[in-house]
Amino acid sequence: MPRLWDGAAITIKITAIAVCVGMVIGMVMALSKLSKIWPLRIISNVYIECLRGTPLYVQILLFHFGVPGLMNSLDGVSGFHFSVMTTAIVVCSLNSGAYIAEIFRSGIQSIDRGQMEAARSLGMSHTKAMRYIILPQAVKRVIPPLCNEFIVLLKDTSLLAVIGVTEILKTGQIYIATTYAPFPAYIGVASVYLILTFTISRVVNYIEVKWNMSSK
Amino acid sequence: MIEVKDLHKSFGKLHVLTGITETIKDQEVVCVIGPSGSGKSTFLRCLNLLEEPTSGSILVDGVEITDEKNDVNKIRENMGMVFQRFNLFPHMSVLDNITLAPMKVKGVDKAKAEAEAMELLKKVGLVEKAKVYPDNLSGGQQQRVAIARALAMHPDIMLFDEPTSALDPEMVGEVLNVIRDLAKEGMTMVIVTHEMGFAREVADRVLFIDGGKVLEQGTPQELFGNPQQERTKNFLAKVL
Repeated sequence: MPRLWDGAAITIKITAIAVCVGMVIGMVMALSKLSKIWPLRIISNVYIECLRGTPLYVQILLFHFGVPGLMNSLDGVSGFHFSVMTTAIVVCSLNSGAYIAEIFRSGIQSIDRGQMEAARSLGMSHTKAMRYIILPQAVKRVIPPLCNEFIVLLKDTSLLAVIGVTEILKTGQIYIATTYAPFPAYIGVASVYLILTFTISRVVNYIEVKWNMSSK
Repeated sequence: MIEVKDLHKSFGKLHVLTGITETIKDQEVVCVIGPSGSGKSTFLRCLNLLEEPTSGSILVDGVEITDEKNDVNKIRENMGMVFQRFNLFPHMSVLDNITLAPMKVKGVDKAKAEAEAMELLKKVGLVEKAKVYPDNLSGGQQQRVAIARALAMHPDIMLFDEPTSALDPEMVGEVLNVIRDLAKEGMTMVIVTHEMGFAREVADRVLFIDGGKVLEQGTPQELFGNPQQERTKNFLAKVL
């Protein structure tokens, strides 16, 4: 079934972009949540609660159909829409950003208070202490939960089939539509997911071991 | 010179420092002793603003450090601190632990920072450990690196917060030797310690803090030899 691999390429692309963007959003939101500046704390709290508190499935539908619908009814012009890939990448990035924000926040807070105190006592600013002392240790510590989030997101991209993104599940469904053979199709779909997630966990494991050997 | 005037510190309802007034002269070595929970560590941590005083004034070389207009980072550059639990940066080698602050705070170039770091490691007797990570050092070695790290910023004042309390007994000596050398070089130091023998030997002056106040102070001979206050006598009777 060669087409499943075409679907896998799209799944990987969406997941990879969403995780990268999600990490940037997550870092910004985690630092905002821990900030002394209260408006930043409120923004990050609202963002995290809203995106964690609603199903990804609903977020996809809301963004893909709801938002263009609203815009078209507002300015009376019909035809505004997002491409399915735009929706896929935007929604998945925003969604994973919220989870990754909480991962980073807990990672930062897990670093012993003495580390910050030692850095500050040497004359480093809060920003410098974060950058050189706290974050490098925190990032290392959050690799396992980050890997977990990566795997969850990869699996959850299957929800994008509903708007017609030709990722793994959708290609399987197209196959069924032409062959009427659901069992081999779904087994194939499941296998491709398993191969991908297993590969991710192996690679991350390898990086983790190597990192731990090189420093600390 | 550090001039502390009527220093108070509360954590919520807990009044930890209840009015400390004290002057520490240049090149003076002051040891702070007292029971646990007496406020001696809090007093020390107020001196470089790791704890923000609730009220009172702290002048360091004439600069009011509790004034928010003064740059706290600049003030701390001049005051090294050594912690009970070392607090070395575990993700960096010994050498990087020492060179980080001079490079990132003062902008010293790498070669110069490393040369100085090696000098400091020689001073604390750990040249061969430059490339090692802190986890692979004993407690005594870690604390000596922590002292070298603080010295790398060329502070005028060093603060020690129970530097030997977390060490195995056989490692206390090597750390105290390093501190003793600093005292001989004329470093201004405030040392919170439970090592009474060391305090007696190295201190110019000893402060006995209890209940958030300096209850009694004097030269080691005065304080250990002829304590005036009942509480001081009781405390010394227990620890000596």
